[in-house]
Amino acid sequence: MTEFLQQLVNGLAQGGIYALIALGYTMVYGVLRFINFAQGDVFMLGAFAGFYLGPTILRITGSGPSYLGAALVLIAAMATCGLIGVVIERLCYRPLRSRPRITVLITAIGVSLLLENAGQLVFGADPKSFPELITDRALEFPVSWGSLSALTITLSQVLVVGVTLALLLILRQIVRHTRIGLAMRALSLNPTAAQLCGINLDRVIAFTFGLGSALAGAAGILISIQQPSIDPLMGINAGMKAFVAAVLGGVGNLSGAVLGGMLIGLTEALVVGYLSPTYRDPIVFAVLILILLFRPSGLLGRTEREKV
Amino acid sequence: MSPLNPSSESVLQVSDLTVSYGAIKAINGLSFEVRSGAIVTLVGGNGAGKSTTLRTLSGLLRAQSGRVIFRGETISNLPAHEIVARGLCHVPEGRMIFSNLTVDENLTMGAYLQTNAALRAKDRDYVFSIFPRLKERLRQTAGTLSGGEQQMLAIGRALMGRPKFLLLDEPSLGIAPRLITTIFEKIVEINRTQGITILLVEQNANLALEISSYAYVLETGRIALEGPSQELRSHPQLKATYLGG
Repeated sequence: MTEFLQQLVNGLAQGGIYALIALGYTMVYGVLRFINFAQGDVFMLGAFAGFYLGPTILRITGSGPSYLGAALVLIAAMATCGLIGVVIERLCYRPLRSRPRITVLITAIGVSLLLENAGQLVFGADPKSFPELITDRALEFPVSWGSLSALTITLSQVLVVGVTLALLLILRQIVRHTRIGLAMRALSLNPTAAQLCGINLDRVIAFTFGLGSALAGAAGILISIQQPSIDPLMGINAGMKAFVAAVLGGVGNLSGAVLGGMLIGLTEALVVGYLSPTYRDPIVFAVLILILLFRPSGLLGRTEREKV
Repeated sequence: MSPLNPSSESVLQVSDLTVSYGAIKAINGLSFEVRSGAIVTLVGGNGAGKSTTLRTLSGLLRAQSGRVIFRGETISNLPAHEIVARGLCHVPEGRMIFSNLTVDENLTMGAYLQTNAALRAKDRDYVFSIFPRLKERLRQTAGTLSGGEQQMLAIGRALMGRPKFLLLDEPSLGIAPRLITTIFEKIVEINRTQGITILLVEQNANLALEISSYAYVLETGRIALEGPSQELRSHPQLKATYLGG
């Protein structure tokens, strides 16, 4: 039982990371109907933004790791990645807006490869050790909790899950209760009608990219707090997993992306805990194949017929 | 019911407009004008370029050449959302309501550019006074409305943007005959009470000529015939082609 709960905790912490990245896929798909494969690499850039900005920020906020410093690094990485997302859309995708979707998709793969290789060139291909933003420790549980007290939950896991949930709530508020959120919904439902209501497509699309990329940047910091070794190719695997999560939940559906991310994280943790780490990736991608075969619209997605 | 008596001032001037889809010219050197406060109609058969004209005026399509001047300003190079902001609102063919959203939310979308909540509430009341049916259906998903109600919603949504000028594309399409009469009466009412200029595209030429003061007949992308609607109703050529007589 303790073992099972332990895997659930590990799975949620990892699943939150996937959920944040998957949200970027799903939001961009919602407004533009294509998968931005560079999303995983923006996640990597988030980690490197933390790597380069972290020490400076920690020096300004005082000596050593602190919550304030960690929060500022998180915000700085989100801002950096948001900006990168906007620039990528402006330079790579906007000029192709009226082209066939396959052109944009291939461009996205190109952008992804560009970021991975430019990352190796600029940051170096060898893994870097991420600065310590908070002092991680295992939480102590009272002995009266019985077998639960044997759980190993680290402070960083709690923080990751907490920050993920907070970001999800903020995103939900933005989408449901702000003017730009209203515009995003209108655009995803009917771009022509949205324009005729006075919505500036370019601005809403740029905002969507910025928001999705900022979430990926946050994920980059959160993963690095848990696993402080980062490298320019770390986005490939995480990006693929988050893509599976988005498809599993139903691409275009925000709650679906979160659900998918959590399910993939839990699946991984359970496979690692009860089978073998070797099977982790094959099983996740088998999930992708199964979902595409039997429920291509995903768990929460609506079946949508291609309009002619 | 007759439309508002138009002033002599011209509010929309289209000159020498050409729009192509690939190699095919849908509109070829089109010129016409609409006077302030009028209901003007564009009639013509399938493929004459009526919808293309409206889509170009509202900025959904780009013209290859020519000019559109709205209230003294060239708008043919502006994106669609900026044209809406200038008071030229398009109710597109097929209505294009947000069918997954409620009637209420659709109206909110229409008021996207209206940041003043008090004015938004006022415009909403005005829409309900024109189309009481929308108030009854407020919480209903728009996709479940009847064709006629969806058309009311599409016009209502456009009215939420406080238009000075409405482009109406085939408001009678796919609607029960009983409701067509209602909707056309409402179009005249909107024109008369609010002074909103209307450019109406219709396949049902009889109906369009009845409520409009001036008409243009479009054939293969250019004006084949024009004149006061009253006169065109008895024009022999038009009668034979479009009026079923």
